Amino acid sequence: MLKQTEGSRAVAEAVALCRPEVICAYPISPQTHIVEGLGEMVKRGTLSPCEFINVESEFAAMSVAIGSSAAGARTYTATASQGLLFMAEAVYNASGLGLPVVMTVANRAIGAPINIWNDHSDSMSQRDSGWLQLFAETNQEALDLHIQAFKLAEELSMPVMVCMDGFILTHAYERVDIPTQAEVDAFLPPYEPRQVLDPAEPVSIGAMVGPEAFTEVRYLAHAKQLSALEVIPRIAQEFAARFGRQSGGLVRGYQTDDAETIVVALGSVIGTLKDTVDEMRAERIKIGVLGIQSFRPFPLAAVRAALQNAKRVVVLEKSFSVGLGGVVSTDVRVALSGLQLHGYTVVAGLGGRAITKTSLHRTLREAIAGTLQPLTFMDLDWRIVNRQLEREAQVRRSGPIAENLLRDIGGIAVKVV
Amino acid sequence: MDEQSNSAPIRFYQTGTFTVGNRLLDPVHRSVQSSIERNNSLNSGHRACQGCGEALGARYAVDAAMRATDGQLIAVNATGCLEVFSTPYPETSWQLPWIHSLFGNAAAVGTGVAAALKIKARKAGLQHNDARVIAQGGDGGTTDIGFGCLSGMFERNDDVLYICYDNEAYMNTGVQRSSATPPAAHTATTMAVGEHPGAEFGQGKNLPRIAMAHEIPYVATATVADLRDLESKVHKAMNLRGARYLHILVPCPLGWGAASCDTIKIARLACESGIFPVFEALYGEVTRVTKIRRRVPVTEYLKLQKRFAHLFAGDGRPDMLAHIQAEADRNIRRYDLLAEEVTA
Repeated sequence: MLKQTEGSRAVAEAVALCRPEVICAYPISPQTHIVEGLGEMVKRGTLSPCEFINVESEFAAMSVAIGSSAAGARTYTATASQGLLFMAEAVYNASGLGLPVVMTVANRAIGAPINIWNDHSDSMSQRDSGWLQLFAETNQEALDLHIQAFKLAEELSMPVMVCMDGFILTHAYERVDIPTQAEVDAFLPPYEPRQVLDPAEPVSIGAMVGPEAFTEVRYLAHAKQLSALEVIPRIAQEFAARFGRQSGGLVRGYQTDDAETIVVALGSVIGTLKDTVDEMRAERIKIGVLGIQSFRPFPLAAVRAALQNAKRVVVLEKSFSVGLGGVVSTDVRVALSGLQLHGYTVVAGLGGRAITKTSLHRTLREAIAGTLQPLTFMDLDWRIVNRQLEREAQVRRSGPIAENLLRDIGGIAVKVV
Repeated sequence: MDEQSNSAPIRFYQTGTFTVGNRLLDPVHRSVQSSIERNNSLNSGHRACQGCGEALGARYAVDAAMRATDGQLIAVNATGCLEVFSTPYPETSWQLPWIHSLFGNAAAVGTGVAAALKIKARKAGLQHNDARVIAQGGDGGTTDIGFGCLSGMFERNDDVLYICYDNEAYMNTGVQRSSATPPAAHTATTMAVGEHPGAEFGQGKNLPRIAMAHEIPYVATATVADLRDLESKVHKAMNLRGARYLHILVPCPLGWGAASCDTIKIARLACESGIFPVFEALYGEVTRVTKIRRRVPVTEYLKLQKRFAHLFAGDGRPDMLAHIQAEADRNIRRYDLLAEEVTA
């Protein structure tokens, strides 16, 4: 059914169609509307039977999810930013135990300085946690990915994060196609756990493992993620066959076939990039976009296949590894190992800074001209950076950085270019 | 036990111990330590130290919960000695479904298991699931790192019995101070040196009282000195729904510097001195206390433990001993622990 709705609401309805049995909720922007929507459905009785539990922290949210999933219930939660970090210990535990929890991450920056707006630092921080990470380009894809995520998680017995850009997607109202309950029921079978806490068949879950088997347990987690490289496209195909639209999969190229320059990106910025590519194509510039839908497992072969005939690759990412540079570009580099390509990392959109077509045009043209720095912070305001560096050189007690910068720009906390 | 208090007073005790002679009780009230009926939920062969109070407490508590639920029990365990000594892969001592997740989340995992059981029951058209949940941890996992999750579980009144095995320090990591470590006790992080040796006075948490402040259906304390009392409290707890808390004092020979053979004696002296009040509370109000039958000064309790040795070395620390005695006296007043009469 076509519906004009908020991204969070669309996700809440998609999750409800998956018949979750336990939902743990703790508020954090910009995820909150999702669990609010689900809470209302449970309270009204339209989502039933389902236990909606208001917990006291994100650490508890994931811990409750661990308990309910281990006891055989289909389990969902959602978080973002600081919340994801606060639950990090339990995030690793859920994947280590092989529990197929599905969690939405409404991507948001990590403080300090505290910032509620979108970037990908939160889910990137859990890159090595063992969770599968799927990134949505649109609200429709976010909705669709949740339905696929339960199937994927339960088939592999591994947890899945569905990552969607905070505010840009979660708070955007647009048209989405919401499937019927019968359609989702036909696609997603009831949860059949591989391991369950059952008095009729007692097992010990989470026993201590020493050096004699720890490597093997960890390798098996890796092997499951590798097998997901087969399962993800298959589930996306099954989804397309039943629902009539392409969503998910490993990677998706746009105008990449003959492209000399390919921009690699995750999430909603792919839309802006496609528009930019269209405009540059009108000027006969051979450029394309490669969207990565599955960040973990990272589809090395698919990325290589899509990029290997290009002359240059620009990885545009909303996160970075302090002291090194790109996070995604490091993975892309592994995919391209041995190939002679010009590679650029463009860090953009941190803390919600708008990624505009104007800036993309300028940056991509610099890449094509060979004048772009290998690591570029797009739209960085060098004036205030240099002023702070000067201040630190001159005065020992130079004060808190964020406050200094805000005073320097003399305006509101959020600068939208 | 309530059943006993309704029948004729029992006047026979084993010499010197005040223990009721088992054979003198009605068969229904007799303690059975070894029986083919017994579940042995925490089976033999684990790696606990000799004289481990926690292993003893857990064996009795979990078996009692198993009996109370007709074997329909799931256990959640915090990281700690109990988890480590019972399950080095690929072995496990647990004869019931058991999960260990993290150090600080046993109560929340318990909530999750309880939620899943509730849904399963509802799907089967039942009001309640026969299967029930206990969550258990040491004092560190309960009073410190797991405190937030525990308070959340209490506040939501989730159907979980949380059992704290309190040995008053982080024993698994090598005897460091927890917020349950008593004043003056020597630990690896409260050394018996300086002007105020051992743990500080005036710090620490009284978790049973904090649990009572949540006004949950049931809060009780127990020790391994009175296993029948412990078992009956577990039974009582499992016959109630909602959040329940049982705090069991479990002496640790290693961490307390005590002889392995003295575990039960020390636990008894903790009660008889008033250091550890044994009581139960319903919905935040104390409803029953275990009276002290032969009051002893706290020194009798402290002297058996090397962690308090600095209170007695050289000229000793009468000031600190007086402080500890005053705390015991306050417990005796607060819980009205002195028996009106001793029947013997």
